[in-house]
Amino acid sequence: MIRLRELMRIVEKSQLMSASEIDRTIQRLAHEIVEKSGGTKHLALIGVRRRGVPLAQRIAKAMRGIDGVEVPVGTLDITLYRDDLSKVASHAVLQSSDISFGVDNMDLVLVDDVLYTGRTIRAAMNGLFDLGRPKRVSLCVLIDRGHREMPIEAQYVGRGVQTSDTEIVEVRLREIDSEERVVLVDRVEP
Amino acid sequence: MLLCCSTVRRFAGNSISDDVTYRFRDLLALEPLSADELTFLLDQSKLFQEIQRHPLKKLATLRGKTVTLAFFENSTRTRISFSTAASRLGADTMNLQAEASSLKKGESLLDTVYTLDAMKPDCLVMRHAASGAADFVARNLDIPVINAGDGTHEHPSQGLLDALTIRDRRGSIENLKVTILGDIQHSRVARSNIHLLGKFGCQFTLCGPAMWVPRELEKIGPPGTVIRRISRIEEGLEDADVILVLRVQTERMYEPTLSAEEYILLYQLNSERLRLANPNALILHPGPMNRGVEISPEVADGPQSCVLEQVTNGIAVRMALLFLLMSGATEGGENLVADDALGGSASSPEKKESTHAAD
Repeated sequence: MIRLRELMRIVEKSQLMSASEIDRTIQRLAHEIVEKSGGTKHLALIGVRRRGVPLAQRIAKAMRGIDGVEVPVGTLDITLYRDDLSKVASHAVLQSSDISFGVDNMDLVLVDDVLYTGRTIRAAMNGLFDLGRPKRVSLCVLIDRGHREMPIEAQYVGRGVQTSDTEIVEVRLREIDSEERVVLVDRVEP
Repeated sequence: MLLCCSTVRRFAGNSISDDVTYRFRDLLALEPLSADELTFLLDQSKLFQEIQRHPLKKLATLRGKTVTLAFFENSTRTRISFSTAASRLGADTMNLQAEASSLKKGESLLDTVYTLDAMKPDCLVMRHAASGAADFVARNLDIPVINAGDGTHEHPSQGLLDALTIRDRRGSIENLKVTILGDIQHSRVARSNIHLLGKFGCQFTLCGPAMWVPRELEKIGPPGTVIRRISRIEEGLEDADVILVLRVQTERMYEPTLSAEEYILLYQLNSERLRLANPNALILHPGPMNRGVEISPEVADGPQSCVLEQVTNGIAVRMALLFLLMSGATEGGENLVADDALGGSASSPEKKESTHAAD
């Protein structure tokens, strides 16, 4: 399996979102979250490491523009909750989680870049429940690419994309990747 | 004494994150590790401190894995600390206690260890009275081995927790003046501290009765480390930023020794002597403390004492070590790329390839 993977080349197939499309999508997601939550009093955003973190911060910033509301933002690292730790060859390295507010009775919105198998979100929910008992947890993703392996759906979706199994959706954000766009790439045999 | 370099099998490469990380197979000694590797271990330990403050401390990360604790020499706090660390990560522990073991019936160390290994643990934590014992065992086993103290050689997890405690209080472990007080010759804690802190430019003053501070100790640190030997405590404490007080170890003493009264008179760290050190000098003690012998009660309980933080940090360090050595594919495991297996958006293709290369 690994041999084959190593031989494969990765090519860019198409651009799914430009920088300005990402920006508009974030504005819309912020509006949707405020509207559906019916008030921002107990609302908090939790960015899932890594690219969920800048996305959560941007959504919080957009919310400030809507209502002048200040929504707390936390950061969650799911390393300790992964279900594939005994399978990954590369060493799992813990990153910091930073949730400075109590999660009890909060209305939490998990924010991630791509929803795929649903395993990351399963892990993130386990992590959250170690911190307390939130009133509600919902999910916001920039891209939903299908292929779920868990009974998990997002309440707030930037864009749904049809993909094949071999394709990869790459969200590149300027805070991390030095460029700003979403691309669909594919693995092809040489 | 056996060297440990051969069995510290490690690989540098990119991990899930973009930061450089290191892959350790065993942890037998701090001496062969670089400053970067030590910083990596301390940074990882720091993240596990946070979990001690969670309302739910128990994780399922290492569920289904077993850690064997083989303590061929008595230990209370190190064993409990490793055992707590393992259980907070969700692993089970098997305990071998020297008293009750078949070692008393004449079984060799290797036979005992092979027997334990046949019970299929995923990691062995061991303490032994012979220097080099953990290294010897690691070379004969496929599972990771953590040295929890081997004779007078090293006690790496203690060295790491001491450094973490100092770094938390002072913000840095660089270029400090460290005074080690007491029976240094028999102290594996002193050696692990010198090997670790010496790589960060710390200078050492070894202070104690001459028979416990032999001249050879001047050469044990990393090349270029300043280590001086002082027999008068008043002189030894001058300007110290960190004071590591060692327990007087009666079980490791073979030569005629000082009486307790004389030791107290000449070497006890009390509040009057403490004034000679840097005003905010930190006081560390690996425990168990002989309160009123090597340290006076008011110093042990004073604001400069870090003794209880050391205990709390010990669990974080040991969780980090167990996590580091026990996560990742076992031999024959699937060689999947981390990000991909989880199905998130992947990091760039170049990074993935370097992950393979590192393996």
